[in-house]
Parts: sequence; C-alpha cells; structure tokens
Amino acid sequence: MSAFSAVLKRDLRLARRAGAGASLGLMFFLVLIAIVPFAIGADQKLISRLAPALLWIAALLATLLGLDRLFQADEEDGALDQFLLSGGSLTMLVLAKALAHWLVTGLPLSLAAPVLGLMLAIEPQAMLPLSLSLLVGTPALTLIGLVGAALTVSLNRGGLLLSLLVVPTAIPTLIFGVAVAKAAAEGRDFAMPLTVLCGTTLFALAISPIAAALALRQARG
Amino acid sequence: MPHINIAGLPGGFLTTFSSLRLVASGLAVRRGPRFLFRGLDMSLASGQVMQLTGPNGSGKSTLIRLLAGFSPPDAGTVRLEGAGEEYPGAFLHYFGHREGLRPALTARENLAFLAGLLGGDEARIPDALGKLGVARLLDLPVRVLSEGQRRRVALARLLVVDRPIWLLDEPLASLDVEAIATVSGLVAEHAKAGGMALVATHQPLAATNATLDLSGRREAAA
Repeated sequence: MSAFSAVLKRDLRLARRAGAGASLGLMFFLVLIAIVPFAIGADQKLISRLAPALLWIAALLATLLGLDRLFQADEEDGALDQFLLSGGSLTMLVLAKALAHWLVTGLPLSLAAPVLGLMLAIEPQAMLPLSLSLLVGTPALTLIGLVGAALTVSLNRGGLLLSLLVVPTAIPTLIFGVAVAKAAAEGRDFAMPLTVLCGTTLFALAISPIAAALALRQARG
Repeated sequence: MPHINIAGLPGGFLTTFSSLRLVASGLAVRRGPRFLFRGLDMSLASGQVMQLTGPNGSGKSTLIRLLAGFSPPDAGTVRLEGAGEEYPGAFLHYFGHREGLRPALTARENLAFLAGLLGGDEARIPDALGKLGVARLLDLPVRVLSEGQRRRVALARLLVVDRPIWLLDEPLASLDVEAIATVSGLVAEHAKAGGMALVATHQPLAATNATLDLSGRREAAA
C-alpha cells in the first residue's frame, strides 16, 4: 500500500509542480466550450440542446490531453524500472497513476461542468445530473486511456495512435454519459443510462489496470 | 505478490539474507544474426563484488537488465536461491543509465518517492545524501543539478532502501575521483555486511573480488 501512495503522491505533486495538472485540462475545457457559440451561432435553443454532448466531448478530449506522457515520462527517466522492483503488483501502481490522473483532470472537469454548462445555456435541471454523469463516467475515460498509454509507451509521438486506440473504446461511456444529461434536460428519468454508465466504469476499473500492467511488461520484453 | 518491507526488519537485515544466491545458468541473448553471449553461467553470493567488463556493445547492460528481471533471456534461467517464493525484484537494486529522478522534484522528494515505492526509510535521506557528499542539495530541484550531482543523488537510494543485491550499470560514469572512491567504499561496505553487488564499469573498482568478462563471447547464430 505504501508503494501505491508513493506513486499517487508523486504524480499529484508533479502535476502541481508542472502547472500542467488540473489547470491545463480545465483551460482546454473552457476554451472548447467558449468557442462553441461562435461556431454554431447565437441559436440558444440549438446550443442548449447540444450542450450535454459538447461538454462530454470536451471532457473526452481534455482527458486525452497529456495522456501519452503518462507512462512515457516514467519510461524515459527509468522510473518504470523501479516500479518493477517495488515487490508489489504493477497493476496497483498503474491504478495509482490512473487515480492521480483522474484527480487532476476528470474530477475538476466534473465539478466545473455545471458552471461551463451555463455558457451553453444548459437546462437548469440538467446541471447536477450532468456533473454526476461526468463524475461517474470520466474515471472510465481515464482508465481506458491508461491502456492506450501503456500500449504506446515505447513510441515517440504516440499521441495520435493513442487517440485512435482510446476514442473508439470510449464511445459506450460517451453515449450513456450524454444520455444521462439529455434525459435530465428533458425532464425524464435518467436512472437507466446512469446505471449503465456506472457499469462501463466498473468494467474499465476491473480490466484496464491489469491490461495496462500487462502491456507495460510486454513493452520491455 | 506481497510488498516486502526489508528495511523494517530488525538490525542487520543483510545477515538475514546471507544464504541468498543469484544464479544464472545457460543464459543466451540473441540480437539479429548473432548471440551477444550464449551458455553464460554465473553466480553471485553474499559478500561478493563482481565487476562486469567487456567492450561497448558486448551485452553488459543487457545482462544486468536480464538479471533484474526486466526482460527474459532467449535461453537459460535466472534464479534467486534462498529467497523462497518471494518476488526476486524485491531483493535487488537496479541502478542504470536512466536514474529514475524527475527534474521537477527536489532530491528529497525524488528519494522519498523511491523510499515509498521500494520500501525504504525516508528518515535516512539526509544521511544518505551526506555520505555521497551532496547533503546541501537536499531541497534543490534535480533539474538544476549537474550530471555528476544528479548521479550522486540517484545513488543515495542504495542507502535509503536496503536491498541485498545491487545491480549497478556504470555507476561511476560522470563521477569525480572523490565520488568514485565513495561509491567504491559503499559497495565494499555493502559486501562486508553480507550484501552482494554486480558492477559494470570500465574503471578499476577497489572493492572487486570477482570478475566477469563478456569480451569475445559474441558468436554467430546457426
């Protein structure tokens, strides 16, 4: 457990130190949302209808941001070698990295979403459900990205390949995440899509760390 | 695989492992049309400091990474005798060209991370840096350190985390004469206390009491 917390603590510290943690993802999110009305035009009804989807797409892209460096930096400076010598399971250490990544991207995005939703004229009753759907769904995005990051660890500029790998796999999460916010905006019951969203996250939680650890071991074989 | 906190064992942790032996037999590594080495047997026991020599490209780093368990050999086995069922990685230190330090973190933060990861004792960090002559760099970000200073900081983890087996790949690179003597002394001390070390270096190492030469082992694959 101490190895888990050591990795978590270091990654959070690095995110803060580099200034590229919470603020970068959030700024990206903000910029994306801010340019939408300029692109679509001042049709408030249309924007309002698109808002849940736009926020979710922005969250997905913000999660992808910097994901390619998640393991690459550790590989380059030799820290990954030390991970393998910890005596604990690599899966847990990989999970610690995922948790750190989510704490500096997914969590702030989820909390900021209602505020940014205002800029997109989102229905008031959809704000909290939207936040909830992001809170439940963004861990899945991070976890799926984790596998992509592990698979592309030895590639220079693997960012594009990473996106190609991650985005299709993240689509179920996207569909049900948007479904939650849409149902709430239209005043319908959103328990069903929320349950399925929880399911995709739990599935990713069960599979991804193991898959990522395996990919990292293979990459050095 | 349980996390093994070797440092937490009461006094003289190395004597607990005096029956430990790192044994490799029939090792072969193939690179394209030739073998870097084939049929390589070696064993490293408590109290031994083995110097690994050979020209550039003869497979010193490859052998060390293989012994650390990072990559499998093309043939042969690596065993850790006397360790029971435990994961061998928890018994060794690997020190390579890439030191595992993050430029944005201070020396203390980097070593504290390694201590947490590898099961060491954070309280020993100032002393360890002192022994390597870089105590005053404790709270400086690694980014601003010189190459030699960075290597010294990285080497401090050998003292912060107790591990019986040290696998050191060119630990003396970029070090000045004084630091080379210090590292040599640390390795000797470690061996005397019951540990063991495999050191790949081209420089004479005072502590050496065994050698392994990889030159002339290259052969064409059939």
